Amino acid sequence: MSGQGWAQILVYVAVVVALAYPLGLWMARVYGSFRAPRPLRVVERGFYRLVGTDPEREQDWKGYAVSVMVVTVVSGLVLYAIQRLQEHLPLNPDHLKAVPAHIALNTTASFLTNTNFQFYGGETTMSYLTQMAGLAVQNFFAPAVALAVLAALIRGLARKTTSELGNFWVDFYRSIAYILVPIAVVFAVFLVWQGVPQTFGGHATAATLQGGTQAIARGPVASQEAIKMIGTNGGGFYNSNSAVPFENPNGLTNFVEMIAILLIPMAEVFMFGRMVLARRHAWAVFAAMFALLALGAGVLEGAEHHGSAVLRASGVNLAQSASSSGGNMTDKEVRFGITDTALWSDLATATGNGGANGGYEALTPAGGGTALVNIFAGEVVFGGVGSGLYGMIFYILIAVFIAGLMVGRTPEYLGKKIEAREIKFAAVGALFCPTLAVSLAAISVVTKSNLRAIFDPGAHGFTEALYAWTSETFNNGSAFGGYTVNNFLAEAGGMAMLVGRYVPIVAALAIAGSLARKKVAPVSAGTFRTDGATFSVLLIGVIILTAGLMILPALFLGPIAEGLH
Amino acid sequence: MRASILRDLRSAAVATVVLTAILGLGYPALMTGFAQVAFKSQADGSLITLKGRVVGSKLAAQAFTSASYFHERPSATSPAYNAAATTFSNLGPTDPALATEVHQQIAAILKLESPYNPGLTVHDIPVDAVVPSGSGIDPEISIAYADLQSRRVAALRHLPLESVAALIKRYTDGRSWGLFGEPGVNVLELNIALDRESGR
Repeated sequence: MSGQGWAQILVYVAVVVALAYPLGLWMARVYGSFRAPRPLRVVERGFYRLVGTDPEREQDWKGYAVSVMVVTVVSGLVLYAIQRLQEHLPLNPDHLKAVPAHIALNTTASFLTNTNFQFYGGETTMSYLTQMAGLAVQNFFAPAVALAVLAALIRGLARKTTSELGNFWVDFYRSIAYILVPIAVVFAVFLVWQGVPQTFGGHATAATLQGGTQAIARGPVASQEAIKMIGTNGGGFYNSNSAVPFENPNGLTNFVEMIAILLIPMAEVFMFGRMVLARRHAWAVFAAMFALLALGAGVLEGAEHHGSAVLRASGVNLAQSASSSGGNMTDKEVRFGITDTALWSDLATATGNGGANGGYEALTPAGGGTALVNIFAGEVVFGGVGSGLYGMIFYILIAVFIAGLMVGRTPEYLGKKIEAREIKFAAVGALFCPTLAVSLAAISVVTKSNLRAIFDPGAHGFTEALYAWTSETFNNGSAFGGYTVNNFLAEAGGMAMLVGRYVPIVAALAIAGSLARKKVAPVSAGTFRTDGATFSVLLIGVIILTAGLMILPALFLGPIAEGLH
Repeated sequence: MRASILRDLRSAAVATVVLTAILGLGYPALMTGFAQVAFKSQADGSLITLKGRVVGSKLAAQAFTSASYFHERPSATSPAYNAAATTFSNLGPTDPALATEVHQQIAAILKLESPYNPGLTVHDIPVDAVVPSGSGIDPEISIAYADLQSRRVAALRHLPLESVAALIKRYTDGRSWGLFGEPGVNVLELNIALDRESGR
């Protein structure tokens, strides 16, 4: 990689940390004592009155979980209905037909769960109304729900001898009104300034220089792109996602979109440190996440700059120079080149974003394998908005438990005794998705009808299937795009996304409820310390021992076999 | 418990309706209003108009097959450069289909450019020229690929090589702020400028 490439990555890290830190402190206030200035407070009170909740009345973990489920079901039905009825509804200038039932089902599950896996091409399937009032609304709802769950879990850690975790409707509203909307508005304005379309005008038609015609898909793209990037949603307005110049026109928009991918998930770690009054512990968690993120980026950069087997054999010039980015340019864009596409691919799979500024399927075996492992690690390397950190807390509890076994003391975390109940739920939260993903992938490659969905031959085809199930179950949403759809894949995939989302959510809330009730024990000389490098290393070790070992055999069948090909 | 579920159902229904109106209609409508006033050209898709006719978008490749034009990168859309149905090629790194496509593209480039670039070999072809782009409408080619095509275009248009090189330089979008992304040459803008230069 060139000096300019390194400079760019260093600037990226500096800027994202500099923005995420204050945002994290702000978010801690939003879920804490924040009182909005008067006009905003009037709106907020009005919302609570409309939905019929008393903001002072808090819920226990079961009540909180029920609210999460109910808002999911109700808003999910609306999203499904909009897709099925879009041809009869307004804002459909290109006269798109109703979305087929199995695609609509998969897409509903996909956007409810912040997965944004896409078995459809946006510009050829979804009307403007479906994009805006259906999909983009869920792009706000899904991260808001996960942020609310995270806030409840953190309160469970921070409070003592209570059953109350907060009011879901308050946390939900505040996530949207004081975190997601302000950032989205600023970001949307930036994007449209830089060239992302924002119009209700339908396709433009051009008479090309050589005398042909070209239809150019447009729409209210910038407003949707903004929330898609900051909410770790990742579902593109266009089929080729952020590789399309209309979603991501230049190097600067790409840089800012990469900031958007990591911003809130990283801010949550700082918010966590503030809310549980354990800054040093939060930095230890940050260090573990950052180390895994950097490791993935290193492998992806190296592999993509090196180029793929086919390209190396062909003899074309793969060298990086001032006039060519070289490397594996298949399904990549010139304005991003290798450095920015490899970095993006690491960020978007380590977090739950899943957006793409280049094709994942065309990555080298090592590059695509890294993306797969990033997702399989549990989407905890900063992870999805909300879900990344509560996912990491499962691993933290397991790490603390293992450390407790080693030193022969009842494990404690932030002063709370960790007992059988918490560990059971943490194990469910950490192991449910990996187990489900490999099981579904196995089913899909031993059934004839599902084998036909595979596009690429050989080991790469196996990775394609494994990637699809991993991405859906862990709610990432990126894809080896050649994998095609059939009814089973759409419907089972929808179910995988839903249980992959809500089983961990219920586990997180159950842990919150159980921890909130406990007393806080004073720190003593025998307390296992959860700050410092030792803990970061232990945490990484636990992730490798659980998720890492589960994916390893499948890696041999897929990316490793292909790499040795 | 049942009472609380019923209350939640009502809350969820109201919240979905209210927030869909605000976030799903109000937010994009406000953004559209603002964008159409403040950044009209970008908001409409960065369209390029010549003599009152829209000829394309700065942000979308279009088909150039004539030898007197600069050519775009390969595209996997159907038909190629379909700006209304973007797609990746999804050709894996060891896929024989990728090898076939790359070899065909190399052969085509060698055949087309060799007469104007004596001694041209496959090692002189930059990688972006032979593999599909991510969107299928990548509006740019690498500077190296533009340089490779410049002798042909200059010869066929009877223009001095220097003036074609100057145009390439002019339509090269550098890195944003000198740091972010990679430089590339906008093919549509370059070809429009060439037509103007040749008096067409």
